[in-house]
Amino acid sequence: MKYIKNAAGREVVTELNGGKAIPYMGVGKYKPDTRKYAPPLASCADYPGDGNKKVNSIKEALRKCGLKDGMTISTHHHFRNGDLVANQLFDAVKELGIKNIRWFPSASFPCHEHLIKYLEDGTIHHIEGSMNGPIGKFVSEGKMKGTAVLRSHGGRYQAVQDGEVKIDIAVIGAPQADPFGNANGLSGGSACGLLGFALVDSQYADKVIVVTDNMVEFPCVPWQIQGNYVDYTVEVDKIGIPERIVSGTTMITKSPDRLLLAELTARFCEATGIIKEGFSFQTGAGGTSLAVSEYFSQIMKTRGIKARFARGGSNKYLVRMLEEGQIDYILDGQTFDLDGVRSMAKNQRHVWTSPFTSYNYHGKGNFAGIVDIVILGATEVDVNFNANVVTHSDGYLLHGIGGWQDCLFSKTVILPLPLFRDRIPVIIDEVTTLCGPGELIDVIVTERGIAINPLRSDLIERAKGSGLAFKRIDELKDEAERICGKPEKAPVGDEVVAAIKWVDGTIIDIVRKVPVQ
Amino acid sequence: MKNLIAETGNSGPKVRSDCQIRLDLSKKNGIRIDLNSKVKSMYGSSITEMCMDILRFNDIKNASLEIIDTGALPYVIMARLEAAIRTLIPVENEYLPDMIEENKYQSDRFRFRFSRLYLPGNTPSMMINAGLYSASGIILDLEDSVAPAKKGEARLLVRNALRQINFYGAERMVRINQGEMGLEDLNYVVPHNLHLILIPKCEDPTHPRRVSEHVDRIRKEKGIESQVYLMPIIESALGVERAYEIANSSANIVAMAIGLEDYTADLGVQRTVEGRESLYARLRIINASKAAGIQPIDSVFSDVSDLEALEKNVKASKSIGFEGMGCIHPRQIAVINRGFAPEPEEIEKAARIVLAFKEAEKRGEGVVSVGSKMIDPPVLKRAEKTICLALRLKLIPEDWETEMLNQE
Repeated sequence: MKYIKNAAGREVVTELNGGKAIPYMGVGKYKPDTRKYAPPLASCADYPGDGNKKVNSIKEALRKCGLKDGMTISTHHHFRNGDLVANQLFDAVKELGIKNIRWFPSASFPCHEHLIKYLEDGTIHHIEGSMNGPIGKFVSEGKMKGTAVLRSHGGRYQAVQDGEVKIDIAVIGAPQADPFGNANGLSGGSACGLLGFALVDSQYADKVIVVTDNMVEFPCVPWQIQGNYVDYTVEVDKIGIPERIVSGTTMITKSPDRLLLAELTARFCEATGIIKEGFSFQTGAGGTSLAVSEYFSQIMKTRGIKARFARGGSNKYLVRMLEEGQIDYILDGQTFDLDGVRSMAKNQRHVWTSPFTSYNYHGKGNFAGIVDIVILGATEVDVNFNANVVTHSDGYLLHGIGGWQDCLFSKTVILPLPLFRDRIPVIIDEVTTLCGPGELIDVIVTERGIAINPLRSDLIERAKGSGLAFKRIDELKDEAERICGKPEKAPVGDEVVAAIKWVDGTIIDIVRKVPVQ
Repeated sequence: MKNLIAETGNSGPKVRSDCQIRLDLSKKNGIRIDLNSKVKSMYGSSITEMCMDILRFNDIKNASLEIIDTGALPYVIMARLEAAIRTLIPVENEYLPDMIEENKYQSDRFRFRFSRLYLPGNTPSMMINAGLYSASGIILDLEDSVAPAKKGEARLLVRNALRQINFYGAERMVRINQGEMGLEDLNYVVPHNLHLILIPKCEDPTHPRRVSEHVDRIRKEKGIESQVYLMPIIESALGVERAYEIANSSANIVAMAIGLEDYTADLGVQRTVEGRESLYARLRIINASKAAGIQPIDSVFSDVSDLEALEKNVKASKSIGFEGMGCIHPRQIAVINRGFAPEPEEIEKAARIVLAFKEAEKRGEGVVSVGSKMIDPPVLKRAEKTICLALRLKLIPEDWETEMLNQE
């Protein structure tokens, strides 16, 4: 295994799962010089003229698609922890006796624990996509055959568009579809809002299967997935568990600590003048982030100002802001609750987006760069403002990248973080896994002080006189160590278990095996 | 048959920042430490070393120690282990964590006591960030929020917390247990820069006196110069009757609180938001406190989710004379602080007093008067505190003096 030091000073591999890998070269330094990848041409002669592409089962669809050993199968994660598609899919793959599949999900969840046995018996060779919980642990302990690859939402689009990952068969779960293959996520028992994560799969995969539990007569309108890309459609009993896809209702955190972080973040934004008429923001739906958007809403109400748009993760609170005229548009990547689904279906100003429009870096601009403020999380941040979102300090893969890396290109990036979590320092000397370079991260808000990246002298200037407690990032790190003790470095194995890609497909870091005691 | 196994601390799915310790002194083959911790890779060796050190400190040569840790800070592990040891053998000397520099400040009689945040004394996870919410005082509770079986280990945890948790300038308070147990609690907490002791269920002027005497004994023994203040809590009909006597029972009493949950239970009535059933008790506490020259403090408001109702309650409380309120959730603090903070008229009055004092000083006069009224030192001191607080709360500008002089 050959290693090379990349531009961020991290030692990374030069080969990945049998192919070449390019080391990270810095922000905006690597530019592609080839053309987009394209799937083979098709002819209507090979497809039913009446538009009825229905087959009886996922297994039959896979067989008809010519599924072979070693192929790449992709799925999306709009059903989150309520997904039933991936598990059914791989049960079928197993029944067909196929092996060494590369699974290419847009993310995986604890419900996919079912698939660990397929990793163990070789049905699945390796996974390229974020991993949560049990699969993350499995991979961290070196038990998967191939090397995992983690990408952001934008990075996944880029990888397929660039031909880095060639999808043989895309399996797209759709809450509503017609026999031709048009599909959307707006209605049906498994309604999830939109299908943006499956867009690239539909456009570039050799074969596309749409699986639905709610087949309607042609046409299925609106078509978020176009049937003209689809080979087969299948109707099954259930594709998702509704209460795990979208929450009945989103609630703001009650935790006083998280509310404090949210409050400090909002006060910082107000004091530095970032919240102004016509601004735009993205906060996500995690505990602290949601509370931040609520504080923004209050500030905006008090000052009588409107936001031009907000990017989501849409949820009840964002929808309320839209309906009350506090924001002009919601540009939505995924819906987290029923309010989001309802709003997207009926409100023209609640617009669905995909990783192509929001995040793709190998394109002619994307929405993320246009956003004024983005509020993000992290597992660790180091004294150079570099951040980690995929591993814990003990080295275990526990989290996906999501849109996190893509969002770093927004104008002001703020991370509200506790100084430490259950004695684990969050601000440390050097991140365990580098996911985002410090030059793109502007402000760290902790309950014990706010650190502004020295590169942002403009923010430092505007923050003066705000009455908030500012500290240098190394002071925060020292404080974390004083309270928790200086941590020893977690033991790390030799074997590389995962590669972390940057938004341009280069390798920004790798994850090594966690030695099991 | 001597008991040789002790279990202390907490573990379980909802437990964070704590540890459970099982100490077995019956084995004879040296010291064995078995650590199960989510931070083992980062702090495993330091935890093990610290435990070895504590065992050695107590002359223990043979022990089997099992620790289930959920991210407990070092001072918590120390407390749990010491509690286990104390259950089994007599302990002469305390193994104390350092007193952090930030905790070495003093309090004073007249400081504002708008909000006091209660923390259950045996729940380390709630102590970590308590100081960040700007409560006037933080109470580490050894009484009602600690289960009887856990009182012993809670004492040590509270003692260590006094030394290691940053209070960020809040007044450092402990609510001791009733009776003899409470006096025993004092031995553990007074020597650690404790500012104020809350005496629960006070019904008798001898309670505070006994506490005060015991505190003085400890202060003498340990060479502690600063005063430790007392705040009796009246929680029964009898306590209400004897309120004035209790308020006057010791020179160290700086405030008196009412505990309405127990009081209404004593009366056999339901506690309501309007509080008609406790009106007499509240007014009596206020009157007795003012007559004795101390601060009357209102009971906690139990509905933590309704901040609007809390705000109304605070307003009503201040209007009848209370100067502060207990709280049980950090979210209540900002509302309570705002509610009890000085009003514009109060600030104006204080400004005049402070200005008058400065003028008098300039002219070399010994007596300060505003209009025809003479100003006593405590009133002046209070006025200075009001101005200080008003400045801190940004209710008046930094250059208020110039502004005021320009007005006249």
